[in-house]
Amino acid sequence: MKVLNEMKLSFPSRSANEAFARTALSAFAAALDPTIEELADMKTAVSEAVTNAIVHGYREGIGTIYIHAKILEKNRIVVRIRDTGCGIENVKQAMEPLYTTGPAGERSGLGFAVMEAFMDKVTVRSRVGRGTSVTLEKTIQSKGAE
Amino acid sequence: MPLKLHAEKNRVTACLMGEIDHHGAGSLREEIDEMLKRVRPDILVLDFRDVTFMDSSGIGLVMGRYRLIREWDGAVEIHNPPPSIKKVMRLAGLDRIASIHSSPPKSGTNQEKMEARV
Repeated sequence: MKVLNEMKLSFPSRSANEAFARTALSAFAAALDPTIEELADMKTAVSEAVTNAIVHGYREGIGTIYIHAKILEKNRIVVRIRDTGCGIENVKQAMEPLYTTGPAGERSGLGFAVMEAFMDKVTVRSRVGRGTSVTLEKTIQSKGAE
Repeated sequence: MPLKLHAEKNRVTACLMGEIDHHGAGSLREEIDEMLKRVRPDILVLDFRDVTFMDSSGIGLVMGRYRLIREWDGAVEIHNPPPSIKKVMRLAGLDRIASIHSSPPKSGTNQEKMEARV
């Protein structure tokens, strides 16, 4: 599908950048004229993926998080969030709702469940020791209704 | 992350504000827990009226406080979650551990304050 617009971001995996990442994405996605609900869905999904990279991918320290977002034809937005951190040994298990390796009771283990519920498609690629990339895709309905 | 906390009788109310994510959840957790452990209330009210964004870190925040207050058989109430936040809560099944209350906007909303200034 033809790429109509794209942007790339990279930033250190500091938790203060969670808000920056979702705000930047929402500014980029504004061109698609999403509804408030669609925008909230995208921001939440991006926030989950970036938080995963910070909390899990770079659990040992600070690394770089890369975001590559594209707007395709037919109001499709594709956002890839990538880290070069520790990687996930068992992606299927990591994506199970409530599975978490975080501190007891403070991480809900719902990050991937939220991404899957709020986006049309979620693809996770990971290699231990190499890093993880999460690709989020969504078709924005508001303009399609014109 | 701004937070207003107050205790009355057997109830602690935490008015959450702004965006709740992993970055801000830690300090919220500490402040609320400090109050909970001191007061040991029957009910913790988490008011989401002024929350503009929440991801699953907010779910972890509610679940963790629920776990704490259960130590002395207390309960958690969630008040006034905006629609986008209710969506995350519903997905997580938070209604199984906390009652969710929506009420009409209280007096003194921004709209009314603006009108009062005019």
